[in-house]
Amino acid sequence: MATDIKNLVTWPDDGVSRIPIQIYTDPDIYGEEQQRIFRGPIWSFVGMADEIAKPGDYQTTYIGDTPVIVLRDLEGEMQVIVNRCAHRGNLVCIAKEGHAEELTCVYHNWRYDLQGNLKSVAFGKGVGKQGGMPDDFNREEHGMQRLKCEVYAGLVFATFSDEVAPLTEWLGEEMVENIDRVVGRGMVLLGTYSQYMPNNWKLYMENVRDSYHASILHMFQATFRINRLSMKGGIKLSDGGWHHISYSIAETDKEEAEYDSKKLRAVKDGYTLADPTLVKGWREFDCGTTLAIQSVYPNFVVQQISNSLALRLCLPKGPEECELMWWVFGVPEDTEEKRKIRIKQSNMIGPGGVISMEDGVVGGWIQRGTKRDQDKSTVVQMGGRGIEPSAEGRATEVSIRGFWQGYRDCMGV
Amino acid sequence: MHGGLIVDGSISAPGDVRQLISDLIIEYAHAIDDDRLESWTDFFTDECSYRIINRENHDKGRVVGIMDCSSKGMLQDRILALREANVFEPHTYRHIVSGTRVVGQEGDVFNVETSFLVVRTMQEGDMAVFCTGKYIDEIVVAGSTARFISRIVVCDSNRIDTLIVIPI
Ligand code: FES
Ligand SMILES: [Fe+2]
Repeated sequence: MATDIKNLVTWPDDGVSRIPIQIYTDPDIYGEEQQRIFRGPIWSFVGMADEIAKPGDYQTTYIGDTPVIVLRDLEGEMQVIVNRCAHRGNLVCIAKEGHAEELTCVYHNWRYDLQGNLKSVAFGKGVGKQGGMPDDFNREEHGMQRLKCEVYAGLVFATFSDEVAPLTEWLGEEMVENIDRVVGRGMVLLGTYSQYMPNNWKLYMENVRDSYHASILHMFQATFRINRLSMKGGIKLSDGGWHHISYSIAETDKEEAEYDSKKLRAVKDGYTLADPTLVKGWREFDCGTTLAIQSVYPNFVVQQISNSLALRLCLPKGPEECELMWWVFGVPEDTEEKRKIRIKQSNMIGPGGVISMEDGVVGGWIQRGTKRDQDKSTVVQMGGRGIEPSAEGRATEVSIRGFWQGYRDCMGV
Repeated sequence: MHGGLIVDGSISAPGDVRQLISDLIIEYAHAIDDDRLESWTDFFTDECSYRIINRENHDKGRVVGIMDCSSKGMLQDRILALREANVFEPHTYRHIVSGTRVVGQEGDVFNVETSFLVVRTMQEGDMAVFCTGKYIDEIVVAGSTARFISRIVVCDSNRIDTLIVIPI
């Protein structure tokens, strides 16, 4: 049944620095991705543990395009179960979230416990000695599919794979460190929303890892002369390039303080913000990090932009569509004032974000631009051809190449 | 005044006040649809707020929306950013607003709710329902003028297609 992927696509020469355009549209490749990536050796983010707090609480979401239920069982353990009845495949949980003591399929009333074990089959013994399941029907062989699940810092991850390393090992030390920093203090959910995009999911994930475009496509800061005097920045890539962090650090406390006191360079005929409090924040982290965009392979993002904290998950919805789910959060120790700053800064992000709205639109333009040129490839060679991380500068596409390294590893192309 | 209908929250208000409120809501929609966005801020009082939030967040009492302007300056900045900075494919809206009702009053400040539907037309002609929902407004009526003190745009769907740059 395994398709020979090499028959589906020929990867151009030049390693991970040329990307065949076909893989953004081809339905067969999309199908292989579901199998080899989303059901392959990765951990998928499926939700916030705090939002599924009590035994019996559940939420429904997706791993790739497979529907799953994330729940807390009666012992208080997180479980992730494929949302597919073992009988005829009906969705067992319909609601986005809810509470249940057991999982009951509405179609023919097969009942499962919160670990997915089949407990009973309606009319299993027949009606009036007529019908019923065969004598050799064994309930134990007909449970719902339960996935391996791990919770780290309140983030719930699951995997279809038996081979993948334990979560933190798979992430690597540097990646775990950043997760600790951003979400390790606990999360208070401030809002959720989604952004539906007319492009392949990988185009969005390339965008997330594209440090080259940041100051070019997004004109908000340049237009309003919002510049920091000097900034140290760089890129961290996990071994093999799968995960990445792109970061900036204010050089000194003083500089950050100056910035905060509205030292926004107003150039003569530039525009200025009528209300510059939008970009006023506080020094939240001792390390001075003012920006850190982290992508966890393949489709999860942990974001710190000043004091705006968010998680993003890019769900594939067919070859040419995807849905970006956002969780915007603060931390339990936030004062009212800090909470207000976070709310204000949320204007920079999301589908209506003055800085990031463009990220929602370029993918669709690429999709349209390349439609008739499936045999061509894109060029990802800024900063070299390989995946050596660079501590200096952001004029590089190394993180994108890291993504493709992970892609080729999983897909076998 | 409801003729014995069971209503949830509507109160009566004088006809001329209703007219002013209704005019404000209708003129606001036309200003956006006609691309007179520089006049958008004029519909608000000097101290004002504007927020777009989805129904789920709003019902759960969550605070972060898709746009959140807590001052008139922020409203201005949104429009300036749209004109000068943000990159997007040109498009227009058509607002259909209806069913305005007054649900509260304190002095000259009225709490008002109105349903809306926004159809978005892209430059190449693609048209789609972009957003439906309900405006939850605080409107001050002084003499012959009405202005928004606060406007909360509650969208029925959690999803925004591609991006939102023009206010609703
Ligand atoms: S499909 Fe679930 S019980 Fe039949
Ligand atoms: Fe971007």
